[in-house]
Amino acid sequence: MKVQQLSIFLENKSGRLAEIANILAKAAINIRAATLADTSDFGVVRLIVDDVDKAVGALHNEGITAVKTEVIVVETSDQPGGLSKVLNVIGQESLNVEYLYSLGTRAEKAYIALRFDEPDKAIQSFEKSGVKVSTKEDLKAQNLA
Amino acid sequence: MIWNPEAETMAIDQRKELQLKRLKEIVKYVYEKMPPYREKMDKAGVKPQDIQALADLPKLPFLTKADMRENYPFGLFTVPMEQIVRVHSSSGTTGKPTAVGYIKEDIEVWAEVMARALGCGGASPGTVIQNAYGYGMFTGGLGIHYGGERMGCTILPASSGQTKRQLLYLQDFGSTMITCTPSYALYLCEVAEEEGIDIKSFPLKYGVLGAEPWSEAMRDKIQEKMGILATDIYGLSEIIGPGVGNECLEQNGLHIFDDHFLPEIINPETGEPLPPGEQGELVITTLTKTAFPGVRFRTRDITSLIEEPCACGRTHVRMKRISGRTDDMLIIRGVNVFPSQIESVLLEVEGVEPHYMIYLRREGALDDMEIHVEISENVFSDEVKKLEALEKKIKQEIQAILGLSARIKLVEPKSIERSMGKTKHVVDERQI
Repeated sequence: MKVQQLSIFLENKSGRLAEIANILAKAAINIRAATLADTSDFGVVRLIVDDVDKAVGALHNEGITAVKTEVIVVETSDQPGGLSKVLNVIGQESLNVEYLYSLGTRAEKAYIALRFDEPDKAIQSFEKSGVKVSTKEDLKAQNLA
Repeated sequence: MIWNPEAETMAIDQRKELQLKRLKEIVKYVYEKMPPYREKMDKAGVKPQDIQALADLPKLPFLTKADMRENYPFGLFTVPMEQIVRVHSSSGTTGKPTAVGYIKEDIEVWAEVMARALGCGGASPGTVIQNAYGYGMFTGGLGIHYGGERMGCTILPASSGQTKRQLLYLQDFGSTMITCTPSYALYLCEVAEEEGIDIKSFPLKYGVLGAEPWSEAMRDKIQEKMGILATDIYGLSEIIGPGVGNECLEQNGLHIFDDHFLPEIINPETGEPLPPGEQGELVITTLTKTAFPGVRFRTRDITSLIEEPCACGRTHVRMKRISGRTDDMLIIRGVNVFPSQIESVLLEVEGVEPHYMIYLRREGALDDMEIHVEISENVFSDEVKKLEALEKKIKQEIQAILGLSARIKLVEPKSIERSMGKTKHVVDERQI
């Protein structure tokens, strides 16, 4: 199950990130997880929000470049070795991860968002190896989306 | 359509006779009526009777923009102000503006050549022309206007700006031709896309675009987005305004209406005439203008002349599209660069919009070129490596074409200022 994420192109200018946050605040969007990838010139902000379509609409209205992209969220145990269990599957199956980040923890579970170039193959591999792939509803239930 | 077949398809020899006759008259007239130019001729030791053949033209001194500034505002006019029916003024990006004047007959000449220009671009009586050039002191708006009326077209004097309104006219008034700057044509497409409007579904068929240098790749993009045939129009207020020349639908060079405007190509550094076909600065002598005639006016535009006959049947000499101006040519690390070359490169790279700004700085002894390029949402990738690959690709293409390395910076869509008129593409911060 893929989860929709919001990806935003930003120039490296002071105050730009705050502007994005303000637009989303005004649109009553709740940001559940955020990560920022940057180069010297520009950055790509990736967000998991409670209403991705509304968020894209609000950003477009302000002339911000924002697109919906898909990531896979897996859950693992919130204890040492939790992440390595997930990464071992990736290694064994020769999957190619573009990036990953954590959505935080809930009730002894840790949630990790991953971007693959072959997401369907990744989901199959996780399921085969007993790593649970979260659905959007799972995340909603945990207040993570 | 060919508006004036007799003039536009005249045998070359016959036109040369006409040019010589008119040249002799205008030189004699200017010597008598324009004292600052007479002084130049006296200084050069040339008298009107020394001009006995077209080949004698290089004996005459040049008229330049600096002469216009020195005699600002009306010092080069050859008739009393009571006879001047119109004054236009050029934008004057450097220093004071310059003023040009017209008597009634000059306006007639202008309407005639403008009708020919519109005909070259696809117009005929009945064409609905949406004229989105600015009306005012700038010659664009009124120049097109009079030419269109002369031909019997329906003119919508929309002027520049009010883009959403322009789209509405295109849709509801059935415009079949649009006249504006090429960058404004692209801006119209951009706004149409935002509004979910498909210009291609409108009756629009032709665009007569100019007033700024543009590239073949930009033409392709405009033609594809608007579903039109776009031709390049040339003119400058110092000569008459728009209508000095226009491409025909062969789209292979602009016909200069050379029974009115006699062109030459010179080496901009030495002032010497260049052999046929070579690229250099365009110099024009007005053959039929009265209030403010220009003998050997230096346009500062870079082009070359094509003397071979054109398939359209017109015998007017052609010039290649303007590749730049002697004064906006950039010398970067010793390499001559025109902003239009950079524009062509960008248009070749998929997904990049032709909105860019070139920043030049000097770091130590070296020139540093940074090009800001707008990213478009359809190529925006969530993955940094893909965006970096795009930057690298642009950098490589620029390196391959110009032999110069530039830093490429992707910037947010619409962050580069849009212009309704002539677009600025260079910020030169070098202290030289």
